[in-house]
Amino acid sequence: MIDKNSVICISDDAAALACGADDVAAAFEKAGFAVKRVSSWGMQWLEPMVDTGGIGYGPVAADDVAEIIAGKADRLYIGPIEEHPFIARQQRLTFARAGKTRPLSLSDYEASGGWAGLIKAKQIGPDAIIEMLIDSGLRGRGGAGFPAGIKWRTVAGGDGPQKYIVCNADEGDSATFADRMVMEGDPFMLIEGMAIAGHAVGADKGFVYLRSEYPHAIVKMNAAIKACAHLIAPFVMEVRVGAGAYVCGEETSLLNSLEGKRGEVRAKPPLPALEGLFGKPTVVNNVLTLAAVPWIMTQGGAAYAAYGMGRSKGTMPVQLAGNIKNGGLFEIAFGMTLGELVNDIGGGTASGRPVKAVQVGGPLGAYIAPDQFDLPFDYEAFTEANALIGHAGITVFDDSADMAAMARFAMEFCAVESCGKCTPCRLGSTRGMETLDRIIAGENIAENIELIRDLSEMMKYGSLCALGGFTPYPVMSAINHWPEEFGMPKP
Amino acid sequence: MPILHDVQAEFGHISEDAIREIAGLLNLTRAEVYGVVSFYHDFRKEAEDRPALKLCRAEACKARGVEQLVGVMETAAGDRVKIEPVYCLGLCSVGPAAMVGGKVYARLTKEKAAKLVAEL
Repeated sequence: MIDKNSVICISDDAAALACGADDVAAAFEKAGFAVKRVSSWGMQWLEPMVDTGGIGYGPVAADDVAEIIAGKADRLYIGPIEEHPFIARQQRLTFARAGKTRPLSLSDYEASGGWAGLIKAKQIGPDAIIEMLIDSGLRGRGGAGFPAGIKWRTVAGGDGPQKYIVCNADEGDSATFADRMVMEGDPFMLIEGMAIAGHAVGADKGFVYLRSEYPHAIVKMNAAIKACAHLIAPFVMEVRVGAGAYVCGEETSLLNSLEGKRGEVRAKPPLPALEGLFGKPTVVNNVLTLAAVPWIMTQGGAAYAAYGMGRSKGTMPVQLAGNIKNGGLFEIAFGMTLGELVNDIGGGTASGRPVKAVQVGGPLGAYIAPDQFDLPFDYEAFTEANALIGHAGITVFDDSADMAAMARFAMEFCAVESCGKCTPCRLGSTRGMETLDRIIAGENIAENIELIRDLSEMMKYGSLCALGGFTPYPVMSAINHWPEEFGMPKP
Repeated sequence: MPILHDVQAEFGHISEDAIREIAGLLNLTRAEVYGVVSFYHDFRKEAEDRPALKLCRAEACKARGVEQLVGVMETAAGDRVKIEPVYCLGLCSVGPAAMVGGKVYARLTKEKAAKLVAEL
């Protein structure tokens, strides 16, 4: 029996909404309960999840509500949420508030330590902020893994009075939703991170470049910016909405798009840190990078660097997706192996069939077979294995996956999304798709595989940005691991 | 870009006339504005009266069986509903996923997907 006076917490994150959270919330309200709409815990296989004073139920449908209220819904009972192994095993720094606070409540944010990072940053001043960020070892979470502190120092030393902070929220990789969860669940944290960046490098204006596929995040970010404008002043912020171009997640393409141009990639140098938005020194950081900053400011760079392994410091919000039993957001220090993440935490496939492959790092990431599952989550270890962490999304496939079709899709995706600026990507992807079609049809297989290898080398080294440069990863990893699916003999 | 979003939200598409008008106001050539409109998947140059559904066809939704839904959805849609592919709605652990307007749907099965299309 649930006490009539207890407050029911239900997430209003897009994943919960897509699974029917509004109907569940309405059913509780109809039954006379006060319902608080909070951020998501990230246990997405249990969404819509209902939190009744720390005790969880999920996945709940509106029809189950009466049963829960009566205390009879044992089949949906999760127990104390904080003690659930999926939550208890995490090291949540960036997602410390997940599931607990109302995303747009300034009082919830303040009560849970919000703005302390910005206050401290203003006390210690720009040089000390950058010093602290360098000490933390924080690297760009968007995929490139470039040290954030070094980038900030470069921008701080850039010419002229006008500088910008740009938040890359064009999270287009399949299997990634951590940026979305930050913006929908804890938008003030991202704003605080951007305001700190502004103070550190001397920028008074920040843009969030947000993809149009995230309507809920757009609404919440706009509302949050409005609600806290007085707290971040003189720093001002604005949301700019993308228009469905994947390549705009690439930083120079994003800058062109922000300037109102076609989202074509720019050649580097000049670095955006020196000549970025409208030619001015610009910090371009991913949502997760900026969202990690308030914690680092309050707890110190060394505290952050105490997490992780090797040169991969701190925590990474890993996103478990695709055909996985326990899919959701799992924040953990670098170093956990891929096998632990997929099998122990993720519980293997949702279909119950054996895991055949996982793709890490979105559509440009390599396909990895279970025989490589001892790979630790670390930028350098992944690079050595010809794979990439990217934005830390893991897509799991069961044994029904058609690897030749997935390789072809990688080329097709690159062809559709190529900005057209450089030839290896624009033409290479289309020719690659056609060549894979011939391989799948069984024409001159050995010869065409050679052609794909050659083409991949050319795309990898000749493309201007990661779209053309990394598309060979999924293609070649599929061919190398599963040659029999391309009509080649097994090694 | 904000101007183009507003025009499309108001009129449903960005017409030749609109491009001319925007170019004039911003002191750009029509070709420059046309170039921007044609670059982005979201901007439409022609009016579209049919209701539209965006179906995620990216890897995570593929791993969760979206390709098996495409047939029934297209049958249910016929010429009446437009089904557009989208590469990732960020609902990658609860796919297959779709979006209609600003509303999102997850864990689609053949039955749920066909019903969703039929009700548009």
